[in-house]
Amino acid sequence: MSRAFLKLWGMPIVLGVLTVVGLVSALLGDGIWDTVSAFALAVPLAVGVWYGLRR
Amino acid sequence: MSSHLLRRWSWIHKWSSLVCTVFMLLLCITGLPLIYHHEIAHLLGNDVEAPALGPNPGRASLDEVIAAGRALYPNKIMMYMSQEADAPAIWNVTLGDHPTDEHYKPIAVDARTANVITEPAFEGGAFMSAVFRLHVDLFAGLPGKLFLGFMGLLLIVAIVSGVVLYAPFMRKLDFGTVRRGRSERLKWLDLHNLLGIVTLVWALVVGATGMVNTWADVLLKYWQATEIAAMLEPYKGAPPPLRLASMEAAVKTAEAAAPGMQVAFIAFPGTPFASPHHYGVYMRGDAAFSARLYKPVLIDAQTGAITDQRALPWYLTALLISQPLHFGDYGGAWMQFLWALLDVATMVVLGSGLYLWVQRGRAVKRHARALAQGAGVAGPVLVRSGEGR
Repeated sequence: MSRAFLKLWGMPIVLGVLTVVGLVSALLGDGIWDTVSAFALAVPLAVGVWYGLRR
Repeated sequence: MSSHLLRRWSWIHKWSSLVCTVFMLLLCITGLPLIYHHEIAHLLGNDVEAPALGPNPGRASLDEVIAAGRALYPNKIMMYMSQEADAPAIWNVTLGDHPTDEHYKPIAVDARTANVITEPAFEGGAFMSAVFRLHVDLFAGLPGKLFLGFMGLLLIVAIVSGVVLYAPFMRKLDFGTVRRGRSERLKWLDLHNLLGIVTLVWALVVGATGMVNTWADVLLKYWQATEIAAMLEPYKGAPPPLRLASMEAAVKTAEAAAPGMQVAFIAFPGTPFASPHHYGVYMRGDAAFSARLYKPVLIDAQTGAITDQRALPWYLTALLISQPLHFGDYGGAWMQFLWALLDVATMVVLGSGLYLWVQRGRAVKRHARALAQGAGVAGPVLVRSGEGR
């Protein structure tokens, strides 16, 4: 993959995969899987808030 | 991307979002309290709690549970009885004037003593009921549902076209760049792109599963017309059952036929989940995932014998899996909270998109006016090319 592609799509792909992990893990298990889910779903939000509020 | 393609995708993005934005904002706003409907019911005093009993309080016969509910409304018939996985001490019983009565009476009966606990507020009380209707069908029944489903489809189109447009807008910028201090419009364009791309998969999943949920009634009708109809072949022309068989015995039969599973809900004869001649006993597993999936056991409502049991067809399985993915109710309090935050982030994406469209229209007009004043005939041409976007 070219560097230009990764620069543009690298972060969106990572956040998308994390979201999928977050959505699926709590569906398939309880307990630790709910925790995994919460962390995985929180990352994209945290990234959005971080860049959105950064001065 | 060629400028021709870019213009085409811009057009798709603009119109798909413009049409659905108002409804999506409504769905985001009404969805927020729905995420916390349990907590709100608790605050409003509308939740149902079973009284504390000593250890091993036993379990009442389901026939007694049904009798307790019917005693309150002797002229109504049973529609459904259900149990939540985390509240085995309560049977939620519904009675109506006919098997598809929309103004059914919900009654909570103690599963251990067969005493009526309370008659819960309909759909969680006037406020939550209104929120729920606005979110599900705009008070317009099936047409309202299908309309919102179409708006969901437009949202998906808007999201996909938005991702396509993300590339040309962000190619020269680092991820997360927000250009402040130049113009409000530029800042909000960057925020729209940023929040749109970080919430992308979540919004796509919640949008798509919401759309699937709007088809629930249609999918059930299809199931009725195909699989249930096939199971009912031997009952053609038979009169409806005069006396209903014991529910306690029927559930014991169903439990024996589906070992390791528990009753999730029971549909009474004539309801969409049963047949005119049958109880529909819906069993669920006890693990995180299998508890989401139901296995229907059809029991002859007159004899109490099993007529048929089969796995749900793929489209109803898909519907059942799409529900938690839409509600965000399967991962505890943190997931609820994140669902609420993602919902708010989506509102910002919708709102900023609307703002950008309004601003763009103004900018084009301003530009055209300036040009028309400066160079006479050039004006109309540019207005036209500006509007093409």
